[in-house]
Amino acid sequence: MILSQFIFVPLLAAFLIVLIARKKENIAAVIALAACAWILIVSFIAFFKLPAHGGMILNNTSGWRMPYTISLILDNLSSFMLIVVNLVSFLSAFYAMQYINHFTGKWNFFALFMLMVTGMNGVILTGDFFNLYVFMEISLISAYALVAFGTESEELEAAFKYALMGAITSTMILFGIGILYSYTSTLTMADVGLHLRSAGTPKMIFLVYGLFIAGFGLKTALVPFHAWLPDAHPSAPAPISAMLSGVLIKTLGVYALVRIFFNVFGAPTVVLQILMLLGTLSIVIGGFLSVVQWDFKRLLGFSSISQIGYVVIGFALGTPLGILGGILHLFYHSIFKSLLFLNSGAIEYATDTRDLRQLGGLSKEMKVTSATTMVGTLSIAGIPPFNGFFSKLIIIIACISAGQIVVGIIAALVSIVTLAYFLKVQKHAFFGKKGSAKVLEKVPFAMKTAMIILAALCLISSAIMIPSIRKNYLNPIVNTVMGRTSYIDKVEPYFDKGSVK
Amino acid sequence: MQNNFPNEGMSVIVKTITRFTVWLIFLYGLYIVIHGHLSPGGGFAGGVIIALSYVHLTLAYGKNFVLARVDKFAMHNLEALAGILIVLTGIIGLYVTGHFLANFMGIGELYTLISAGYIPMLNIFICVKVGMGLYLVFYYLASFKTQEG
Amino acid sequence: MILYIMCFFLFLVGVYGTITKRDLIKIILGIGIMGYSVNLFLVLLAYRTGALAPILKKGFNVTMVDPIPQAMVLTSIVIELGITALMAALAIRIYQKYDTFDITKIRRLQG
Repeated sequence: MILSQFIFVPLLAAFLIVLIARKKENIAAVIALAACAWILIVSFIAFFKLPAHGGMILNNTSGWRMPYTISLILDNLSSFMLIVVNLVSFLSAFYAMQYINHFTGKWNFFALFMLMVTGMNGVILTGDFFNLYVFMEISLISAYALVAFGTESEELEAAFKYALMGAITSTMILFGIGILYSYTSTLTMADVGLHLRSAGTPKMIFLVYGLFIAGFGLKTALVPFHAWLPDAHPSAPAPISAMLSGVLIKTLGVYALVRIFFNVFGAPTVVLQILMLLGTLSIVIGGFLSVVQWDFKRLLGFSSISQIGYVVIGFALGTPLGILGGILHLFYHSIFKSLLFLNSGAIEYATDTRDLRQLGGLSKEMKVTSATTMVGTLSIAGIPPFNGFFSKLIIIIACISAGQIVVGIIAALVSIVTLAYFLKVQKHAFFGKKGSAKVLEKVPFAMKTAMIILAALCLISSAIMIPSIRKNYLNPIVNTVMGRTSYIDKVEPYFDKGSVK
Repeated sequence: MQNNFPNEGMSVIVKTITRFTVWLIFLYGLYIVIHGHLSPGGGFAGGVIIALSYVHLTLAYGKNFVLARVDKFAMHNLEALAGILIVLTGIIGLYVTGHFLANFMGIGELYTLISAGYIPMLNIFICVKVGMGLYLVFYYLASFKTQEG
Repeated sequence: MILYIMCFFLFLVGVYGTITKRDLIKIILGIGIMGYSVNLFLVLLAYRTGALAPILKKGFNVTMVDPIPQAMVLTSIVIELGITALMAALAIRIYQKYDTFDITKIRRLQG
């Protein structure tokens, strides 16, 4: 009963916004915020009620029996991702209430935003391969339309590039699903895992591995597939950049890769080696290319590529410490990267430019923005009481203790490069001589509140590392990902063993 | 109705034949929607055919004549209303049985027109949504002026 | 078996059209061809030798082909329609701003 609310509440809000809010445009923000707040509260309730149900809640659509239906499955990893996604969505919608005054067509924005949230919640909850494809496409088509929201010439070009690359890889994913269906004659994820475990893997499975890594790798912005990201992030409005870089590339990319390769296919060694190589390339290339950028949001986009490399090598190590590091960095990165994108949006709202060569000396007139950017910079560079320090430390220690010493050294060195380019941002944007850009309007109240809440979360969320909290809440998540058979064994008792009518 | 743009669109022969075929296409689309649970087709295919009947009219009589007579406001409202009704059907199923989109009407006997639970109802809602949506896409794409800067 | 290889060949034709053509509309058509080839592959997977279409009729009790890939193809066609409509709308707006459909001239953003 709880699980289907994550899908139909944002969908109903999207259609209600189109029906009601075309004449009176202020109702759109109210409906969107109410839906996001309800979903956030329900996701917290689901996270805390989960251990009482034995670690898995399952809900069949339309009341059919298990292997023949589309099921919604909630286990520890899904409930954690739901909290991350809905928290960032709520704060972005809150920020967007007043940011969107610079654009026309408010009801368009909020309706597409709600559709994107529906798609992401659906990807996290589903237990069926083809349903994963459908929800992924729902959120991606909304993202393509939202990137082109301002309809300047460069934004349209960036959106077309993103749509083109996304369409090619979505077709590849459908091809892979077709090949998988022809071997196992079922579409439920747990059933595919069961068949592959008992009947052995055929030789064609390597083609499926390749198609899935290429398909989901583009959504994750791993290195050979990263070319859409530095163009799409500056073009989108600031709350959409925060959602794109904070939750979309993690849900459609990292979560889908982990769910498919760790729980269904059982983490084959070839795939882990490939992901380790691509992750290392992402860290290096993203880090070094962001030093030379002069556009603030483009710099943040390349920095996202680099940090997602950290998350992917954390998961690709395969040891419990590595997976713990990957999960923590995923959570922390969505908080501080959204904070940094919202700050860049505040600078653009106030001074109408994003070019670092023209900004300067803003710390006296925009006090809240400069304080929260300082918090974000310290988090991403890994300075102790903030949260980025703990996750990067765990990933580097896990690399070295698993024997990948070169990767660990590269990760530590690029962390210093990260500090370098963010100090460049601080010098050119906030401190230093006054540039040619002037502050035209003050940052309004809703935007400031969203940024302050995210900055406070940067400090509070490092409290997860206290050992008692970590053992109770994070270790079950690591066990769910690590055990090859834990996902399949928990779902299998629900299967209907009798024959179909 | 008075035709303010008599020289646009296609020739007189095409316009005369269009007056005979537009309603046939619309009727065929309705047949495919209503018999969706007995023969191939269903909501999406019927919706596309109904939208195509409007497109047929637009192509034959010219853009300016048809676009001035279409009620854009009603089409947007119908589309959103159909979407809300689909989700409400799912919520009623959730309330009655505890599973989303579960069947709450009687199944009826096989091979008759009024059978198969709530599937004919959902077919009609999907047809309205798809038909209006597809024609609105065509409407907005056709009303671009290409000489703008 | 030969039919599956022809499906993959059609997919490669679509990829060729997307990568090497210089006109925006031809790129959109290339993506359409890739979508059709994957739909054809899914329908071919369902075939059983000597079976009929999966429609129940009074008095017929024969073997039928698999209906699940046909449902997947129906959904996939709807999704392809959405993507094509969005890309066509973006292409028309790009023509308004840049005055050309040639992708070698639409390069205001670097890399």
